[in-house]
Amino acid sequence: MKTNAKNTQGRVRPVERGEFVPDGQAHWSLAGYLTHLANGCLSLVKGMGLTFGYFVHPGRIVTQQYPENRETLAMFPRFRGRLALVTDAASGAPLCTACGMCEKACPNGTISILARRDPANRKVLGRYLYRFSQCTLCNLCVESCAFGAIRMAQDFELAAYDRSDLQLVLYGKED
Amino acid sequence: MIDTSRFPATNAIGDFIRATLPGPAAELTNIVLAVLAILTVVGLTPVALIWMERKVAAHFQARLGPMRVGYHGLLQPLADGIKLIFKEVMKPEGADTFVFFLAPILSATASFMVLTVIPFDHHLQVTDLAGGVLYVIAVAGLGIMGVLLAGWSSNNKYSLLGAMRSGAQMISYEISLALLMLLIVLLSGTASLREIVFSQAGTVLDWWIFKFPLFGLVAFVLFLISSTAELNRAPFDMAEAESELTGGFTTEYSGISFAMFFLAEFVNMFMAASLTTTFFLGGFLAPQFGLAPLDRVLDAIPGFLWFFLKSYSVIFIYMWFRWTFPRPRVDQLMNLEWKVLVPANFFLLLVAGLFVAMGLV
Ligand code: SF4
Repeated sequence: MKTNAKNTQGRVRPVERGEFVPDGQAHWSLAGYLTHLANGCLSLVKGMGLTFGYFVHPGRIVTQQYPENRETLAMFPRFRGRLALVTDAASGAPLCTACGMCEKACPNGTISILARRDPANRKVLGRYLYRFSQCTLCNLCVESCAFGAIRMAQDFELAAYDRSDLQLVLYGKED
Repeated sequence: MIDTSRFPATNAIGDFIRATLPGPAAELTNIVLAVLAILTVVGLTPVALIWMERKVAAHFQARLGPMRVGYHGLLQPLADGIKLIFKEVMKPEGADTFVFFLAPILSATASFMVLTVIPFDHHLQVTDLAGGVLYVIAVAGLGIMGVLLAGWSSNNKYSLLGAMRSGAQMISYEISLALLMLLIVLLSGTASLREIVFSQAGTVLDWWIFKFPLFGLVAFVLFLISSTAELNRAPFDMAEAESELTGGFTTEYSGISFAMFFLAEFVNMFMAASLTTTFFLGGFLAPQFGLAPLDRVLDAIPGFLWFFLKSYSVIFIYMWFRWTFPRPRVDQLMNLEWKVLVPANFFLLLVAGLFVAMGLV
């Protein structure tokens, strides 16, 4: 800043003397000053128009009256609740191939995948363990999945009274 | 000129007391009643404004604001007030006790005193001073004293800095305000607030905002800007900038003494709005549009309702400013005052002088 403040003659620029010089102009001029003023006023009026738009459109309000609208409240698609398995629409079977990519992607060791063999001796998903208490909802597992088999669900009432309640088995039998 | 006999200066209650009680006793009773009435206004204004500010702010930001306490949060100011009253009043070590507790009272008193000359209606004005404008300027200056003393007595360097910044800002912008008031005095030829209102009688176009062609509008906007700064309200609130600094001169205040500053702030806002109404928007006069049937209906609505409607519209504009504009820097703030507003005000005064000399207004 200090070096820019002086020009080559070592004279202090008008702006440094505290003079009101509009952007992109070398010297103070009445026309420049008035244009600057008019533009400034215009931008202020624009801003006021924007906020007034919000004021007169209650439909744009984003606040949720939560406990009251519990029945109807739907979280936004981008909301990351907890992990859920995506199932095949026709058969209802999970898309997961038990490849273990998500397990490797997770920085917290939240996921454990136990594969088993099906009667045709192919590797299929046995159990999908998800330790919710360890999850930071970072979405890395979902991004790592090559089959679109997991997603972040939108449920948000996730509090539990006991830590063991947060050991979720997304697939396979419970302990 | 206006037929002032339509607007008697005394009201029914005062007349009744003067008729029933002997002279001095009647005067005393009337004074007490007037003070009580002003106190009611002072007490109720913040209640209304706190709710309004929270709701208006919320809706400007696509939120709902308080919804739980009472219908749409109507009882929220009560909850806020009770909370403030029950908080412990604390005094920092080494603070000047007397001045420390005097400051908030001084601030609140100043705004209270200005309200005594405001004509809420033609018969609702505690007293009409011939130099009402002068009184307003003088007494409003007392509020600055409260701010400076608060900072000084807190024994805290941040309070002191905040107070100095608030004080510098208020004193600077008081100049613009005084010049603008002078403008209206020049145009209307009187310094009594009541007479100023009467000088705007006629249609809407006779209000000073329009009667002084175009320049009136400019003066109105300048008045809004400088009173916002005078009120230390956002966007000109860098002394207390709640999102960036601590509370400026109120840093060390808690409980009821903080509530006093809070109250003074809201009453000041109402006061500034009512001055704007009186000077530019025809005060308690009903808006008239030159259409006989409509005018008669509008005229039938009592003046004080118009007064409050106009004042609260101006307050809405203050809130609109607050929740739209970003804060300038301190040097920009001072530049605005000394390099834009003061010259502009002198220019307006000059033009007004020409208008008056040539008999144009
Ligand atoms: S969201 Fe992140 S922390 Fe949670 S399971 Fe997936 S990778 Fe692990």
